Amino acid sequence: MSLGGSIERVDMMKSMINYFRSLFLFELLRGLGLTGRYLFATKVTLNYPEEKAPVSPRFRGLHALRRYPNGEERCIACKLCEAVCPALAITIEAEPRDDGSRRTTRYDIDLFKCIFCGFCEESCPVDSIVETRVYEYHFENRGEQIMTKQKLLEIGDKYETQLAADRAAQAAVR
Amino acid sequence: MDTLVAFWNDLPVVVRILIGIVAIMAPLMVLVAYYTYAERRIIGAMQVRIGPNRVGFFGLRMAGLGQPIADAVKLMFKEIVLPTGANKLLFLIAPLISIGPALAAWAVFPFSPGLVLADINAGLLYILALTSMGVYGVIIAGWASNSKYAFLGALRSAAQIVSYEIAMGFALVGVLVAAGSLNLGQIVESQSGSALHWFWLPLLPLFMIYWISGVAETNRAPFDVAEGESEIVAGFHVEYSGMAFAVFFLAEYANMILISALTALMFFGGWLSPFQGVPVLDEATAWVPGFFWLLLKTFFFMFAFLWFRATFPRYRYDQIMRLGWKVFIPITIVWIVVVAGMKVGHVPWWFD
Repeated sequence: MSLGGSIERVDMMKSMINYFRSLFLFELLRGLGLTGRYLFATKVTLNYPEEKAPVSPRFRGLHALRRYPNGEERCIACKLCEAVCPALAITIEAEPRDDGSRRTTRYDIDLFKCIFCGFCEESCPVDSIVETRVYEYHFENRGEQIMTKQKLLEIGDKYETQLAADRAAQAAVR
Repeated sequence: MDTLVAFWNDLPVVVRILIGIVAIMAPLMVLVAYYTYAERRIIGAMQVRIGPNRVGFFGLRMAGLGQPIADAVKLMFKEIVLPTGANKLLFLIAPLISIGPALAAWAVFPFSPGLVLADINAGLLYILALTSMGVYGVIIAGWASNSKYAFLGALRSAAQIVSYEIAMGFALVGVLVAAGSLNLGQIVESQSGSALHWFWLPLLPLFMIYWISGVAETNRAPFDVAEGESEIVAGFHVEYSGMAFAVFFLAEYANMILISALTALMFFGGWLSPFQGVPVLDEATAWVPGFFWLLLKTFFFMFAFLWFRATFPRYRYDQIMRLGWKVFIPITIVWIVVVAGMKVGHVPWWFD
């Protein structure tokens, strides 16, 4: 009996305290204090065109076709990338070149279809098709999204130093 | 100087009033424009972001100070879409009804001793009457849009504003009991003495309730169920675009500034210096015009509006109603009696 009474009294105390805490806006003022502190916190925003986020060597951006150091294109038209591409974005046509080696005559990637999964890069036996760190590009006309062999080789030539360094950095885990 | 005063006195009354209106409206509109900018920057800062910092003038960035101008120009060039089946007349009148009272209320607002457009004795009554007009703009907009979301927003806002109008009115009754006058200038004068003589201290519960009701009246977070972005898109103004929308926007911010200024006026001594009665500081700050103190106090409450929006989540609808009817109204009624008792008993410092 006396025990029940004391429990009741404790409950009443608790509800009284809660009542006054809410009446005097205790939690609300604490919330204001928190946002007030954050007003002066260091901002995390990146001023994008001037500042850029760091990019991993594994980054999967715009595609490129690489060449060997002697200038010979790497691609041997094995069509593994075309087969593995889940979005069916790659189209390859190939026939033997005059010197008898097997090369592509057409290598198109439709960037509207591409999902940037990186399977093409993974499947390539000669490290020919790769994805670069480039993520700032745009198209102004219909049809420009088709990356032809010509365009892909140009991108590869432009970023070769970076691409080689990235492949080397990842060699141990690939 | 004398010729200037003589020239002013020779002007017809209508011209003088018109000049007065322009002198109030033009700075107010600039303040509204930059209030939106301040809101985005301050809330951004509280969310550890930067906020708009790109648009400037003359090819300079100037921390984004050109943003409000760019926004205004964009809105002016946009089409005003009339929804199918909308009541065209009411649809276009609604924004005017909501901005009219927000601007008209400034007529009786004293900026410094004697510096007021219309020094009428029923000033507080006039303010009360006009601020409750604003809800018609919201209701008419919601109904005339012929849209379910807009209609829901209008209904919510009608119930909410009517509920908080009562608490707000009662809080002001407390002020006029304490001041013994409906004239806003005299309300400020009766608070003179020191910062402790201002009405915020003897009327602390009424001040809190007036301020919270003011936030609810203006449909600002955490009482923004009338707009309720995540629930009913934009509430009563979903169907508005271009300048018609901009006028609603303007009205909302003008109302926020008005409520802030009124709170400063009625509970924080308006243009009175906070150093009044303090030995050294009072003389040292005697050269500061009263308008500056009023502006400072108003800015604090304007900042608090943004602070609340960055801090509190939206109230649930039934909680809003509970707070208005079952908490605010009883407290105000009790405190009016207390204030009346203090007044009759000539309690020092305030009422002796």
